[in-house]
Amino acid sequence: MSAGPSGVAPTGGGGRGARFIDWIDERFPLTAMMKEHVTEYYAAKNFNIWYVFGVLALVVLILQLVTGIFLTMNYKPSAEDAFASVEYIMREVEWGWLIRYMHSTGASMLFVVVYLHMFRGLMYGSYKGPRELLWIVGMLLYLALMAEAFMGYLLPWGQMSYWGAQVIVSLFGAIPVIGAGLVEWIRGDYFISDITLNRFFAFHVVALPLALILLVVVHILALHTTGSLNPDGIEIKEKKGPTGIPLDGVAFHPFHTSKDLVAIIGFAIIFASVVFFAPEMGGYFLEHANFEPANLLKTPDHIAPVWYFTPFYAILRAVPSKGWGAFLMLASIVFLFLLPWLDRCKVKSIRYRGWQFKVALGALVISFVALGALGLQPATPLVNTGARVFTIIYFAVFLLMPLYTSRERTKPVPERVVYHGHE
Amino acid sequence: MSEEASVSRRHFLAVATSVTGVVGLALTAAPFIASFKPSTRAQALGAPVTVDISKLEEGAMVRVVWRGQPVWVLHRSKAMLGALLDSTVGLKDPDSNESIQPPYAKNEGRALRPDYLVVIGNCTHLGCAPLERFEVAASDMGPDWRGGFFCPCHGSKFDLAARVMDGSPAPTNLTIPPYRFVGDELVIVGEDAGAAA
Repeated sequence: MSAGPSGVAPTGGGGRGARFIDWIDERFPLTAMMKEHVTEYYAAKNFNIWYVFGVLALVVLILQLVTGIFLTMNYKPSAEDAFASVEYIMREVEWGWLIRYMHSTGASMLFVVVYLHMFRGLMYGSYKGPRELLWIVGMLLYLALMAEAFMGYLLPWGQMSYWGAQVIVSLFGAIPVIGAGLVEWIRGDYFISDITLNRFFAFHVVALPLALILLVVVHILALHTTGSLNPDGIEIKEKKGPTGIPLDGVAFHPFHTSKDLVAIIGFAIIFASVVFFAPEMGGYFLEHANFEPANLLKTPDHIAPVWYFTPFYAILRAVPSKGWGAFLMLASIVFLFLLPWLDRCKVKSIRYRGWQFKVALGALVISFVALGALGLQPATPLVNTGARVFTIIYFAVFLLMPLYTSRERTKPVPERVVYHGHE
Repeated sequence: MSEEASVSRRHFLAVATSVTGVVGLALTAAPFIASFKPSTRAQALGAPVTVDISKLEEGAMVRVVWRGQPVWVLHRSKAMLGALLDSTVGLKDPDSNESIQPPYAKNEGRALRPDYLVVIGNCTHLGCAPLERFEVAASDMGPDWRGGFFCPCHGSKFDLAARVMDGSPAPTNLTIPPYRFVGDELVIVGEDAGAAA
């Protein structure tokens, strides 16, 4: 943070409230921080609807933290009591069902907004320099979120909780030499047991939320260092007015916050509709097999992770080899980390890029969604063949990226952002 | 002391302090990492289990839990054994060279006694419990199906000796636990003629 105490000259005089703020500012950089990150943080005025998903992700994260704390007050992390304690929350705790459905819906909705947020980044080149670190921190957030969701899914101790955890933990067994020992170390037992449940609970409610909060702070600090990009992919900091404020920028507060508030209200309507009318979302948000307590001796006839993991699960299943399946699954995420260096095109926004990038982005989205749909289906030969085709397309997009992005014929990028406002 | 000697002395002290600190941190981390291993109680609960097979009919299977894993004891009929012996084609590891089993179960039937299969019912792919599909040429398994086990998670197929078939994601045959017979009536899983597992 660049603003120091020097930026906080006491305003002098004023009412009792102003004097109180002065008193704080002499002891803590409150006003300076508010200016740097809120009232004098300038973001482009041509933001479109794709720019609300970062804020929405933060809102849902806070919702998850709050509902999670309240669930913890009635949940029991033991193999003996876990399933019954969730049912207890659902049936006997006052408003317990609402808190639990908000938490389970929140998990899926967080992934919805995060996937849209990431797609925005892909479209407008938000991952490209100088925002590489911002993108990497975001990817780390995504990984931490996946770990958080996976461990949280074990806690209700239903059939799908149990066998999902069994499958994912076994993935570590694919690592040569240390695999088997590592799996035992993660489980703390010879199988997914009470011990495993207890430690996943500790990670889900303490360790990972702390990591998520820390990473969110780093993500926002990195964003406020480089500045937000915009749908035109132009660095607004390069065109500043005499006051040193970017000509195409408007203050985050009150301009972007009031727009974000509209998005939050719209989102809240959708969110509440799911919570009240379709909390299971037809088995996509809460899988039906999970309404049966975990049974160590019987795998459900059809086992699939929750929808947000199914693209990676489909890649895993597409390969008829345990080691290579796990390796490709890992690689599918590693390639996302490398995106800032795989993309060689100088132009950031899709608005001014060549057809190659548009085709590639389309192929990436189609293959990711198709893999997600296939990962939900039982592993029939037809499903496996489809998953193989889309796995190849997914990887081709990344592997060939240095080639096709350096051959792109781009359109001229305008000097200033394109904005059709009411001036 | 000269200026230069003082600087190199400071440099040495800084490095020495850092190294000591890192070693100390590593040593302190060891107990925390070790606390993740199976506890004494978890190890004790991994004791052997006894299965009564005196009432197990031919072609029937019983499931027990050993170390939280499903263990199947299948009483193989003559027909089942016959189907096994002439079908080593299409198997990934017909001689169980890559698979885990005690030496006395590294044979064609993967068993101490051919008529009883004792096996851990966790798929070697990702640990799901395969389903029993003993019906020969079951409609959904295809006309070549000789009976065996099918994993619903990722479609791995195993024959009646728990040997994995080609085209399955599972890398090896299902694991055979250590076990021994007591007379004709009892099987003890988790312990063999040698010692406890």
